[in-house]
Amino acid sequence: MRLRSLFLSICLTVVPLAAVAAAQQPSGDFVPVDETVPGEQIPALPLIATAYGFIWVGVLGYAWSIGRRLQKVESELAELESRSK
Amino acid sequence: MLGLAAGMFALAPWMINAAPNEATMGLVYKIYFFHMPSAWMFMVAAITSGIASARFLFLKRPSADGWALAAGELAVLFGAFTLVSGPLWARKAWGVWWVWDARLTSSLMLFMIFVAYLLLRKYGGPGSDKLGAGMALFGMANVPFIYVSVNYWRTFHPLTSVVPTLPVEMGIPLWYCVTAFTLLFIVLLRMRTRLEHQRVRVEALYLLEDES
Repeated sequence: MRLRSLFLSICLTVVPLAAVAAAQQPSGDFVPVDETVPGEQIPALPLIATAYGFIWVGVLGYAWSIGRRLQKVESELAELESRSK
Repeated sequence: MLGLAAGMFALAPWMINAAPNEATMGLVYKIYFFHMPSAWMFMVAAITSGIASARFLFLKRPSADGWALAAGELAVLFGAFTLVSGPLWARKAWGVWWVWDARLTSSLMLFMIFVAYLLLRKYGGPGSDKLGAGMALFGMANVPFIYVSVNYWRTFHPLTSVVPTLPVEMGIPLWYCVTAFTLLFIVLLRMRTRLEHQRVRVEALYLLEDES
């Protein structure tokens, strides 16, 4: 009697779960290799654009910064020299 | 020279665009045309700063300190270009942003030495010029190690033999970019040194004014 009720409860639990699992589509965690999209995984163009953009902005920013500082120092120097005369 | 450097730098993308793609890395290898000249200028700046510091320390030439500081600032600038463009290339070519191999680690160390040098020069107070000169010499000593490291330790990084063995159609844009970066380095170094020398003159005039 006990065995029969145990068997019945196992069947009632496992059969619906198995039916649900069978009805589900394969999940995306383990995708077979032939289903992957062919082509590049990491696009190259954004990486190149970032590298070149960073260098361009760096060079222009630094040249502008030196020019501005130089202008400031030279006007200060001219003022000091005229004051000392 | 400024016009020539700016013109060459502005035309560089057309030269690079004309270069063919590489067989295994494809399009992304074109980062190399800016990455390699940046890395060379990074090392040249460190050597320039080291030599000028040696002149300042051992030959007591005050003007050499201005050259050392200017070159130190350029080492940080070109070091940043190298350390940003390299990982962007590596992400696609190697699949990772960074590996702790001898070349990358020692380059990062050199960059940090010159960042520390600039911080010392800005906030170090009296005597920081001599201490900074010692740091720049230490930075310069790191350069030969960085250059040969790829040939002695196993790494993903291309070897130094890549440059002389490049096919002509890849070599022309590379040497064009090296020339453009060298001119740019010279122009920026001269401008920054002039700024430093003028700043020293301003300080001297203020001191003179205070004394009189």
